Amino acid sequence: MKEVVEGSHAVSEAVRLARVQVMSAYPITPQTHIVEALSEYCAQGRMAGRFICVESEHSAMAAVIGAASGGARTFTATSSHGLALMHELLHWASAARLPIVMAEVNRALGPGWNIWMDQTDSLAQRDTGWIQLYCEDGQEALDTTLLAFRLAESADLPVMVVLDAFFLSHTYEPVDIPDQATADRFLPAYRPRIQLDTREPCALSQMAPPGCYMEMRYDIQAGMRRVPDLYTTAENDFEDIFGRRYGMLEAYRCEDAEIILAMAGTAVSTSRQVVDDLRDRGEKVGLLKIRMFRPFPTDLLRRLVGNAQKIAVLDRNFCFGLGGIFAQEIRAALYHGERQPSVFSYISGLGGRDVTPEIIEEIYRRSKSADHPEIESVWVGLDPGICPV
Amino acid sequence: MIRSPLPQTDYMTSGHVGCPGCGATVAMKFALRALGEKTMMVIPACCWAIIAGSHPQSSLKVPILHTAFATAGAAASGLRAALDMKGDTDTVVVAWAGDGGTFDIGFQALSGAVERNEDFIYVCYDNEAYMNTGVQRSSSTPFGTRTTTTPGSNWKQTRKKNIVEALAAHRIPYAATASIAFPEDMIRKFQRARMLKGGSRFIHVFATCPTGWRVPTDQCIKIARLAVQTRIFPLYEVTDGIHYTLNQDASPRPVRDYLQVQGRFSHLSEVDYDTIQGMVDEDWMLLKRKVGPWPSETDI
Ligand SMILES: Cc1ncc(C[n+]2csc(CCOP(=O)(O)OP(=O)(O)O)c2C)c(N)n1
Ligand code: SF4
Repeated sequence: MKEVVEGSHAVSEAVRLARVQVMSAYPITPQTHIVEALSEYCAQGRMAGRFICVESEHSAMAAVIGAASGGARTFTATSSHGLALMHELLHWASAARLPIVMAEVNRALGPGWNIWMDQTDSLAQRDTGWIQLYCEDGQEALDTTLLAFRLAESADLPVMVVLDAFFLSHTYEPVDIPDQATADRFLPAYRPRIQLDTREPCALSQMAPPGCYMEMRYDIQAGMRRVPDLYTTAENDFEDIFGRRYGMLEAYRCEDAEIILAMAGTAVSTSRQVVDDLRDRGEKVGLLKIRMFRPFPTDLLRRLVGNAQKIAVLDRNFCFGLGGIFAQEIRAALYHGERQPSVFSYISGLGGRDVTPEIIEEIYRRSKSADHPEIESVWVGLDPGICPV
Repeated sequence: MIRSPLPQTDYMTSGHVGCPGCGATVAMKFALRALGEKTMMVIPACCWAIIAGSHPQSSLKVPILHTAFATAGAAASGLRAALDMKGDTDTVVVAWAGDGGTFDIGFQALSGAVERNEDFIYVCYDNEAYMNTGVQRSSSTPFGTRTTTTPGSNWKQTRKKNIVEALAAHRIPYAATASIAFPEDMIRKFQRARMLKGGSRFIHVFATCPTGWRVPTDQCIKIARLAVQTRIFPLYEVTDGIHYTLNQDASPRPVRDYLQVQGRFSHLSEVDYDTIQGMVDEDWMLLKRKVGPWPSETDI
């Protein structure tokens, strides 16, 4: 049934429908609405889960790791500083192959304090072994969260569902919320692969000497390699039941595009409109929506860029001393590909700054008029009154 | 021969990798005898993370969840929640951490967990320093100790944090101290903690470390006994954070008897012994006051 709900609550609804057994989280704006709703569902008896009110994000992740090791379906949510505080435990979760699902609301890191949208927090966790899926709108947030449990449990890897602060987390939209029976058809009851059991004692996450540590890491990578297939299988089932699918990357009007704009998150919606407008004016432009970031769908990306000469990447994140993170990843993915379009790197919309249609159009025009990308990322929309450029 | 009434089944195997004479291994052996097979251990970074054995072996016959240094209280909370959700209320979850993982880096998670009154037993085996990383001071290291981070004349100048009092201040249902030199008392406390289901139980176990304390490997029990006899480590229980019971109160020996047999205190002078004796006496008076009769309503 379609209801007008906040992006955050689209996630909470999916967690309820997933019949999560143990949840734990610590409040941080703009994540709070997700877990407040879940606490409410538990209190009302709409959900049979246990919500553990811990004293920090570090403990929240440790608690769901403990719960997942005990064989429960688990969920947590966080943002920004909370995610940074969890960093150590993100490794514990993925290396233990625990299918934890976490909603992560993209928010800037301080100082200065800034509660608004910025992707540097989640992208800084790219080496932790978590699958990362980025969402564009409320429906996608709900669908992705539900799908994340299937993916996590089939890949034995944790999944981070990433949402833009406020632009998505606090925006109300009509969202189709499935009923429980339909959700159950897609996501059956959890059957853990490994769980602690006093009848068959074993030690989890214990010391791993040099003689086996490397093999354990290789095994995680082998797991990551299976993710695209597992994801596609899950999406096939999802489409059969719900009639929607998103893909790992979405190529919008890319077939004959000479320049492709690439980005993740809510700016995709704005860009879709800009691409339509530019197309109306005869420009050969397309749009690549990055949905799956880990594992990075390199093969698919190479296929989707087609005959484009240029890719203009909009990064709402930054790696100091280098550049926009998605741009680097795309560049690296194309390097040994058959075709190597130039990758233009743009930084905009940091710390909640709006990414307007004008900014996106400027990115397109700059990329069109330049022969080669600049070595450094180009910052678009800087205020010269504050920071002379 | 008088047969001991203690449970005889061991859930710890030989072949563990603790140092010879390690008190922490004795502590685990007795704890598991008392707790039985329906026990799950949550172990953060500490010597026990190593003693328990490396992949694919284990020195315990109960399940172990190894976890990050700061997380024993939180990881045990999550494991408990999972077992509850599966309807397994029989199995007891035990967080088993060193003094560093309890007094210092893990204190936040522990405080959070006992404030929620999580249904588990938290055990701190206290060897009074970070032994796993090479004998660095912790906030459990006593006044006067030389460690690798309080070396030479920079020996530790502050008191040992009183962890049982900190836990009692949380009004935890059960908190107790125990010593590897008093196995009957220790096993009774673990059995009591095992029976007191439904809330947080904390047991602070004094566990000698010959490596870090610079004592001969065959002195582990003797030194632990001296710690109790000199009142440096009194054996007592606290229920609901307010009702104190003293378990051992023989005529005391001077603290110097305990200090002078350990390399970690070999630099101390007679004056330092007196200072420490003063601290011990003061702590003892405080404890006695708490053990004393509960005031009646007319006293208020
Ligand atoms: C976040 C983090 N910081 C530091 C360490 C390194 N470390 C491992 S064990 C340990 C000391 C443990 O001391 P304690 O808890 O007293 O147990 P013991 O080794 O004495 O048995 C330290 C500092 C770590 N594993 N994780
Ligand atoms: S260093 Fe001390 S506590 Fe650690 S294993 Fe050796 S004797 Fe035991």
